[in-house]
Amino acid sequence: MARLFEYQSKELLSKTGIKIPSGKVCETPEEVKRYAEELGKPVVVKAQAWFTGRASVGGIKFADTPAEAEQFSRNMLGKTIKNFTVSKVLIEEKINIKKEMFASLIIDDSARAPVVIFSGTGGTGVEEIAAENPDAVVKMPVDINAGLKSFEALNLIRGLDINGKQLLQVSNVLCKVVAAAKKFEARSVEINPLVITEEGVTMAADGRITIDDYAVFRHPELGIDYARELDNPPSELDIIAYDIEKNDYRGTFYFIQLEHEFNRGDNFVGFHGAGGGGSMMSMDAVQRKGYKLANFCDTSGNPPASKVYRAAKIIMAQKNIDGYFGSGSGVASQEQVNSARGLVKAFIENNLNIPAVVRLGGNLEEKAVEILETYTKDRIPAPVEGYMKDDTADHCAERIDILIKEYNPVKDLKQLEIGIKNINHEFDTMTGKVQFDHKACADCKDKVCVDACDPKILKFEDDLPVLAIDPADAKKGKCTECLACELECMMKGNNGCYVHLPIENID
Amino acid sequence: MAILVDKSKRILIQGITGREGKARTKLMVEYGSTVVAGCTPGKGGMEVNGTPVFDSVEEAVDKVGQVDISTIFVPAPLVKDAALEAMYAGVKLVVLIPDRVPIYDVLEIEQAARKTGARFVGPNTLGVLSVGEAVLGMIGGRAAAASSWFKKGNVGVTSRSGGITSSIGYYLSKAGVGLTTLVHVGGDPIIGLPHPEVVKLFEEDEKTEAVVMFGEIGSSQEEQVADLIEQGKFTKPLVAFIGGKAAKKGTRFSHAGAIIEGNRGTHEGKVKRLREVGATVVDSFDDLWETTRKLVDKL
Repeated sequence: MARLFEYQSKELLSKTGIKIPSGKVCETPEEVKRYAEELGKPVVVKAQAWFTGRASVGGIKFADTPAEAEQFSRNMLGKTIKNFTVSKVLIEEKINIKKEMFASLIIDDSARAPVVIFSGTGGTGVEEIAAENPDAVVKMPVDINAGLKSFEALNLIRGLDINGKQLLQVSNVLCKVVAAAKKFEARSVEINPLVITEEGVTMAADGRITIDDYAVFRHPELGIDYARELDNPPSELDIIAYDIEKNDYRGTFYFIQLEHEFNRGDNFVGFHGAGGGGSMMSMDAVQRKGYKLANFCDTSGNPPASKVYRAAKIIMAQKNIDGYFGSGSGVASQEQVNSARGLVKAFIENNLNIPAVVRLGGNLEEKAVEILETYTKDRIPAPVEGYMKDDTADHCAERIDILIKEYNPVKDLKQLEIGIKNINHEFDTMTGKVQFDHKACADCKDKVCVDACDPKILKFEDDLPVLAIDPADAKKGKCTECLACELECMMKGNNGCYVHLPIENID
Repeated sequence: MAILVDKSKRILIQGITGREGKARTKLMVEYGSTVVAGCTPGKGGMEVNGTPVFDSVEEAVDKVGQVDISTIFVPAPLVKDAALEAMYAGVKLVVLIPDRVPIYDVLEIEQAARKTGARFVGPNTLGVLSVGEAVLGMIGGRAAAASSWFKKGNVGVTSRSGGITSSIGYYLSKAGVGLTTLVHVGGDPIIGLPHPEVVKLFEEDEKTEAVVMFGEIGSSQEEQVADLIEQGKFTKPLVAFIGGKAAKKGTRFSHAGAIIEGNRGTHEGKVKRLREVGATVVDSFDDLWETTRKLVDKL
């Protein structure tokens, strides 16, 4: 779920009509000082971070003077707390709190509906309060089309010792929380605390909204460029991977780095799974062998070879991994030949210098394993082993363990030249280009590329391979980026064919 | 028989002219599914591998007669409209294959289902396969693979992971345990037919004598199955495995559902609750088939 910062969440709540304290988000201590002077009253300085319990780690400070606010913000900005580097602070007028409450909405899987939750007491430790005193917490499922009616909100909170004007204000806030959640397609909205001030105003003193990842495309106004659940902001590789997935709807590609700082020999493996459930079990298996995971990666849902290739390149961009471990459910419905081709191209281009074990069980598994093993043989220094559905994840984990222990990485390994020398025929594919060196093709006896092409979109013209269909159709997806032309040419042809699949910011 | 689908069920494909729709329809038909029509707005009058294509579901029903099931292969943002269209045209079972369907869309589909008395499987599901009968979606991939992997018998399978659905089917068949129907309930937090709904269908199915369930951390589906056992609403033997024991709290591994919320949905909690009510929970995935085989032998 895409998490929003407090200042963003409050902006959305305010747009829906919920009162919030006057405030401004700042990125420098100087900006903080200027704004505090402008406000001309005591302020609170709040570090903008995703974790909860900010007050206990110095992330929330009250300042009486602009100089004090400046100093507090200087202590917070740039500081890393709980793995999170603070880059913004929210400066707000200090409010006089009379009562703290808790108001939220969450989509509940068992109710299969949004559920609104309210507690007459709020603030830090609301979970404990709720656990000790369940009567203080009320909740109800909400009709997704009708929203929360004001009488329903009133009935929900009556009996919680909120009276008069405040009763109307608070029940109104609940209706607006529901409306905001629906409008911005939030998985959850949380106001903790919702406060009543000494002056009798009900307002959101804090706010936390997470947006449904799958709905982010409908909300450009939220400016979310990375819609994934993470504890920390995404790494460079995370973003590169996310952009690949965003721009290619075929199959699913998911990648997150789990560890950023480690050395060769620290027993970190690059992990490449297929399907969430099988991946979890495979990760367990390799961890039982004493390895740690540098990343989590999943390519499933019948992705093209090009997507698997890019996934492998990103995994290998983690320079200090000791091995490449691929294993998913073991009996995949997707055609594993595509995965095999993507891996082979990536391994060869990177001149793979760490052992790889990949379980390719499922449809067309024999052919997939044959491609993986024979096409990499004697072309890269490291051993590559492929396994099928009758091989368990534990067996594969054992193999990678043995190979890592046996293998001595080649020192000062040369990077290979990638691609072909002269490009004199090429066409666009959905995410790259297929290129031919017709000089090489003219000297080629076997000319296997045309026959190898999965979607059959190549033909011979004057005995040279060319695109047989409208280039616009090839770009729209008729070329499935199966990579067969390049790999078969590499094996049996004359190195006259290359599929160029750029990865932004990594090449 | 089987649950949800068999040879006699008349199937419509929404999005039949797209990349996945076209390819999957062919495989479904090859396995034995009775596909009577396809639907893509604006492409009425076409044919895809001999299947007539109509502009709307209502038109398809008018022209070809009753439709029991619609399987949807349209891009995620269009799934809601397609599902509502099918339900309001009287289709009683709708299978939502795509992933990344916005959750508020799923909630609206849920309401439409309640209103029209329809059910839906998914979203984000590999589908449903009744062994030797028919398949909805893409379980098993190629028909030849599905035919060789899954043997007919008396055990039902319900799984929260797509890939694992096929794995369980294959490994059980290999161990000599035959199957009735395999259901991938879908990987999203809100789904139409979660584990408890599937086991209720297996309870009613005469052919199914035992059920294998692949659970995962997150959500309360497995706890709800335990409740059904306790209430006497599910009485057949259940063998379960719960994945995600080693997953870090809050880390989401592709499955949006695999999030631990409070005490609900923990690995420990699910295992304990299921064992309390007498279900068999294996600690190692690889124990699933032998344990099930021994149990089935005793039936």
